[in-house]
Amino acid sequence: MLDHITAIAQGMAVTLKHFFLPPVTYQYPEIKRPVRYRFKGRHELKRYDNGLEKCIGCALCAAACPADAIFVEASENSDDKRFSPGERYASTYEINMLRCIFCGFCEDACPTEAIVLEHNYELSFTDRAGAIYTKEMLIVPVPEKGQPTPQVVESGQFNRSIPDMEDPK
Amino acid sequence: MEGEVISAVGILWRSLLLGAIIVLVVITGFAYTTLYERKVLARLQHRVGPNRAGYIPIPRQGQPERRLLGGFMQPAADAVKLFFKEDITPSYVDSNIYTLAPMISVFTAVMSLAVIPWAGPINLFGLELPYVAIAPGLNIGVLFILAVTSLEVYGIVLAGWASNSKYAIMGGIRSTAQMISYELSMGLTLLVPVMIAGSLSLNDIVLAQGERGWFVFLQPLAAIVFFIGALAELQRAPFDLLEAEQELSSGYNVEYAGMRFAMFFMAEYMNMIIFSAIWVTLFWGGYRGPFIDQFPLLGVLYIFLKIAGALFLMIWVRASTPRLRYDQLMNFGWKVLLPLALVNMLVTAVFLVLAEGL
Repeated sequence: MLDHITAIAQGMAVTLKHFFLPPVTYQYPEIKRPVRYRFKGRHELKRYDNGLEKCIGCALCAAACPADAIFVEASENSDDKRFSPGERYASTYEINMLRCIFCGFCEDACPTEAIVLEHNYELSFTDRAGAIYTKEMLIVPVPEKGQPTPQVVESGQFNRSIPDMEDPK
Repeated sequence: MEGEVISAVGILWRSLLLGAIIVLVVITGFAYTTLYERKVLARLQHRVGPNRAGYIPIPRQGQPERRLLGGFMQPAADAVKLFFKEDITPSYVDSNIYTLAPMISVFTAVMSLAVIPWAGPINLFGLELPYVAIAPGLNIGVLFILAVTSLEVYGIVLAGWASNSKYAIMGGIRSTAQMISYELSMGLTLLVPVMIAGSLSLNDIVLAQGERGWFVFLQPLAAIVFFIGALAELQRAPFDLLEAEQELSSGYNVEYAGMRFAMFFMAEYMNMIIFSAIWVTLFWGGYRGPFIDQFPLLGVLYIFLKIAGALFLMIWVRASTPRLRYDQLMNFGWKVLLPLALVNMLVTAVFLVLAEGL
């Protein structure tokens, strides 16, 4: 009987002690907990330093996607209207976020490191159409020294799809 | 003859006025008891609790604004939500009793407010009150409380029965068995302050505590047994078998929705306040405290603080103890609590007789 009472008293003491400790809650929308460096959040389509898109529209990401979430449609580049190095660029790039499982296979498949799963996890939408993220939503803004696409460039400058350019991390 | 009629009308008005004030205060108190419970329970579990609905923003430079009193409008938000919810009546229920059951619950809860003394003698609009209560003339307060709190079980068992659903009836039957078991020991401990004070009136018991010191120091065992009995009577953890979520999903109120569900909630939390009030009245000196004789209205503050303390204890117990198994509950009620209460009462009675003989 007595040890029952002491056990209850011990338990109550523990809970009371915790009453005076600060809560562990993060006040989420105001205070965001930083994610890990390798966290897989929303995709981003990267650009080179000069503003050209890294994506060449090869659709390897779509092929690698186990959830069939990615749709890529490629079009021809020309030196007057150049979006990316090489022959082609992605004129349509859509990811269906209802399907995406954030496995990161697209990242692995990409030959130009154009698609990266970044740290944004606040992906909410109110209808199914809103779940389809278009190229405009996914592509990163043009870097400071770069030009927006399409660019007018000198002939023969960007013939290779995977050029010898600095990786603009 | 005429004077008597006038005073009778005056008494009626006084009771109605006081009743309206006290019931409104307790209903507001009920709303804030839910918030109090959620906040305290949250802190006991390292959480913050509701803090979004209503706060006082204090801007700070370069930092997010500081928010004071976070969540103080939460009860209003909950009430609005429950009011606008669809009031579903399942087709298979006994609709009359189904409608009646939540009303009985709230009615009995409100009724037990009648005899609780809230403050010392005051002069209210020319009417001398011996003490602040809705029915100060009722000198059998303890008996009244025993009677009314026993009626409480009807709301629950009828709700369970009328719902015509297995979980609901299991919850209702469990609560009946539990209430009968624990009411015995609770009633026996209720008698101890009555015997010491020599009166069934709650105010006399409070006054006796003014002379002899709080009964919790004279009768700690009775106070503890009464508290445990009250927890069981209120179906709070660790005796919340009738709404054991894992077994019965929610118990007797599982078929209720919207405001009717809220009425059970209301009854439950008002009973929490009332049992706390009875407990502090019987054992913790009721409305008595320092300077009570000079300023009788301070009693309201004292009893408020004491009730808040008792409620804290209930929430604290809820945060600390796991639910009892049904056989453990029955064993504890009949084999531990009842003998303890009986022996305590007998010993007290013997001592009182001996003390009178001296």
